[in-house]
Amino acid sequence: MPLQTRANIADPDGFYQELIDSQRDLREGEAELMNCKLVLILANHIGDREVLREAIKIAGGAGAMRGNR
Amino acid sequence: MLKTYEYPKFAYRQSDEQRTGKPKRHQAVVIGAGPIGLTAALDFARHGIETVVIDDSDTVSIGSRAVCYAKRPLEVWDRLGCGDRLVAKGVSWKVGKVFFRDRLSYQFDLLPEADHKMPAMINLQQYYLEQYLIDEISRRNGVELRWKHKLLSLKQADDHVVLTVEAPDGVFTMEADWVIACDGANSDTRRMVDAKFTGQSFQDRFLIADIVMKAEFPAERWFWFDPPFHRNQSALLHKQADDVWRLDFQLGWDADPEEEKKPEKIIPRVRAMLGDDREFELEWASIYQFACRRVDNFRYGRVLFAGDAAHQVSPFGARGANTGVSDIDNLGWKLKLVMDGDAPLALIDSYNEERAFAADDNLLNSTRSTDFITPKSPASRRFRDAVLELAEDNAFARPLVNSGRLSTPTPYVHSSLNTPDEAPFGGRMAPGTNCDDAPVSSDGRRGWFLNTVGDGFVVLTFGGAPAQREIPFGNIGARVAVVGRDLIDAEGVLASRYDGQQGTTYLIRPDQHVAARWREFDPAKIRKALARAVAA
Repeated sequence: MPLQTRANIADPDGFYQELIDSQRDLREGEAELMNCKLVLILANHIGDREVLREAIKIAGGAGAMRGNR
Repeated sequence: MLKTYEYPKFAYRQSDEQRTGKPKRHQAVVIGAGPIGLTAALDFARHGIETVVIDDSDTVSIGSRAVCYAKRPLEVWDRLGCGDRLVAKGVSWKVGKVFFRDRLSYQFDLLPEADHKMPAMINLQQYYLEQYLIDEISRRNGVELRWKHKLLSLKQADDHVVLTVEAPDGVFTMEADWVIACDGANSDTRRMVDAKFTGQSFQDRFLIADIVMKAEFPAERWFWFDPPFHRNQSALLHKQADDVWRLDFQLGWDADPEEEKKPEKIIPRVRAMLGDDREFELEWASIYQFACRRVDNFRYGRVLFAGDAAHQVSPFGARGANTGVSDIDNLGWKLKLVMDGDAPLALIDSYNEERAFAADDNLLNSTRSTDFITPKSPASRRFRDAVLELAEDNAFARPLVNSGRLSTPTPYVHSSLNTPDEAPFGGRMAPGTNCDDAPVSSDGRRGWFLNTVGDGFVVLTFGGAPAQREIPFGNIGARVAVVGRDLIDAEGVLASRYDGQQGTTYLIRPDQHVAARWREFDPAKIRKALARAVAA
């Protein structure tokens, strides 16, 4: 299955708030560590190396997401 | 410092060729009597190659050094006659514990696969390994160890090498058809032939120490990331023979090696590591800095490189000595066939092809471990810490923890000596892979598959009753071994590991690697694969 690049999150504003709230009281280093954990937990959930490779590429700025233009 | 081990002192003897001043042409001269040079000597002796080993010292390894020996080198040493003795003296561990800061992150059981003669790995001080290899060499003909002999220079001729050697009685000349350089990471031989040795060196130092601890302490491997007694660094503790424990401390680049080596500096560290009340004594300590690099070609004319002289890896995963033994496993039979004129020189070049491929695989594995243990950037360190924090409660994160991966042989999957499969096979015995062991019996005696294979070409076939007892190619003969006739696979482990259906046939190389396999016994195909396996 290719990387899902179309909007896929229900209640996007609610999700975004949840994400920001979860780090509201954290210091910079703690938030960074938490982000790393989040990446690892989600990466494990996805599992598919091709999907992960594509996501890493896009996050690294190596090309626009398909469907964006 | 305490002594649990009496270092032997080997006598220097003046050789006939030095005394008479008449150089003798040796078939093989091995430079360096470390684990790899000694393994080469034993393996060459078994193949009937006349061999001289020279070494500038007159004893075995000072300190425990390599320590961990994995299954494949143990199988090679078993073929060479000292597997049982090493396993009996060595220490096996099954439980590993990983600590992060002041907490046990998790523990694991190695759960080694059953039905192999040799264990997944043993811990043993390097001096015992060398001593046992030397004992075994002393029982063989055609191999000579020369202590206190130092190679000063060498000159390559068309079909031999001229060596200038210094011994206590002065400088003299030796000649060799082939020179095998096993003189370690700082190989002088490598410099003498101007070989390139490139890669990555790491700005980090390690303190390694052997301590003697009589008190009960579990035979487990403990690895600490960022422990309270050694902040921002890593530490490792594991057991060896004779109540000797090996400790590795990462020191960082700023540490002063001479200062760190002092007992008054080491002892408080060890106390913090073990808990204050444990009694121990320090036996040996050393500092090292490592690099990940390899020689650009394993063959320079008639000089061949093996072990650390050919490739240097990080200590994580115990890949140094283990992969060096596989170099020799790969080289011995090829050298013999080429010396006897039974195979072309191209077979020697396949040594570089196969072992450079394996060295690169080892370098990759060892670099990955290094990146986890000593993260190179703040972001890398955060990911490392995130993995370790998650690992305590989340089993999914544990496979990401890399405190060194157990060394396993690299299959030569792309080797030009392989014959590609024509039919699908299950299991892991693809061409280029080292043969898995299995319990079998022959002549009514229970034993092990690898012991029956030995060190010549073998055609293993499941069932049937082929008329041929041997498949010849030139002067080379591949012995036919029929499962069900010549060896009995009572438990079915062999059939399961080799996907052995009626008619399944393997061509196995003298280094116990698969050269080719088919679903039927076809002498013409076997002959062709045999030719290919010797680069003919």
